[in-house]
Amino acid sequence: MPPFDALTVGDEIASSRYALTRESLVRYAGASGDFNPIHYRDDVATSVGLPGVLAHGMLTMGLAVQPVVEWVGDPGKVRGYQVKFTRPVLVDPAAGAEIDVRAIIGHLDTEALTARVDLTVTFNGETVLGKAQVIVTFGG
Amino acid sequence: MGREKVREFAHAVLATHPMYFDVAAAQNAGYRDLVAPPTFAVVIQEKTLAQLLTMPDANIDFSRVVHGSQDFSFSRPIVAGDELTAVLRVESVKSLAGNSLVTAVSEISDATGAHVVTATSTLVVRADD
Repeated sequence: MPPFDALTVGDEIASSRYALTRESLVRYAGASGDFNPIHYRDDVATSVGLPGVLAHGMLTMGLAVQPVVEWVGDPGKVRGYQVKFTRPVLVDPAAGAEIDVRAIIGHLDTEALTARVDLTVTFNGETVLGKAQVIVTFGG
Repeated sequence: MGREKVREFAHAVLATHPMYFDVAAAQNAGYRDLVAPPTFAVVIQEKTLAQLLTMPDANIDFSRVVHGSQDFSFSRPIVAGDELTAVLRVESVKSLAGNSLVTAVSEISDATGAHVVTATSTLVVRADD
């Protein structure tokens, strides 16, 4: 993992782009157990006033932390992770959806040896997660 | 928590880190077995939320439930082979413009009773049109 002393608030530590399709949503539904039909049935989604099938918020949350895991080199170093779901990710049946993730050091706790990594997660140029923060430990 | 479930979930969140898939990679880093992705706790939390949402007196229309926010706070990562127990409590229910905001907290612990992760969800139950 990167040395804690070399980190600076504001550093961009990772960025990545993820392509989602309707297949991704079905796969995530099966893996997670979240079978809410708004994630795979347009008729149900529109009947409850949504513009169409949406990605599970937890799928967006789940993929957005991965660039941080790659950077730190160990998923077990993640001690906290929070997001607010601020905008839906509409997944077109043919074109799918592309999600961009940027990860920046937001805060360093030199006593606890933890870094707060702030994520900017966008779809179609708009952020879809708010206050998306990952706490990574550099201690034992 | 079986290895294949960890791999299936990791694949589903487009994750590629070797400690999710390769037992030797996880063990070389000092873990007993595969390490689960940070949001894997939702698999366990989902089962407790499903109990809540299907309680007849909860009167919740599943298709009107939207996820407002989510938080995970770890004592340690989930590792394949863990036997986990989740206890859900409804921390608060608020009404906002006809919608209901339900905050549900799942405390997840291992077979020894030690805390592993706390998963907190805020669910928005949207009002009828």
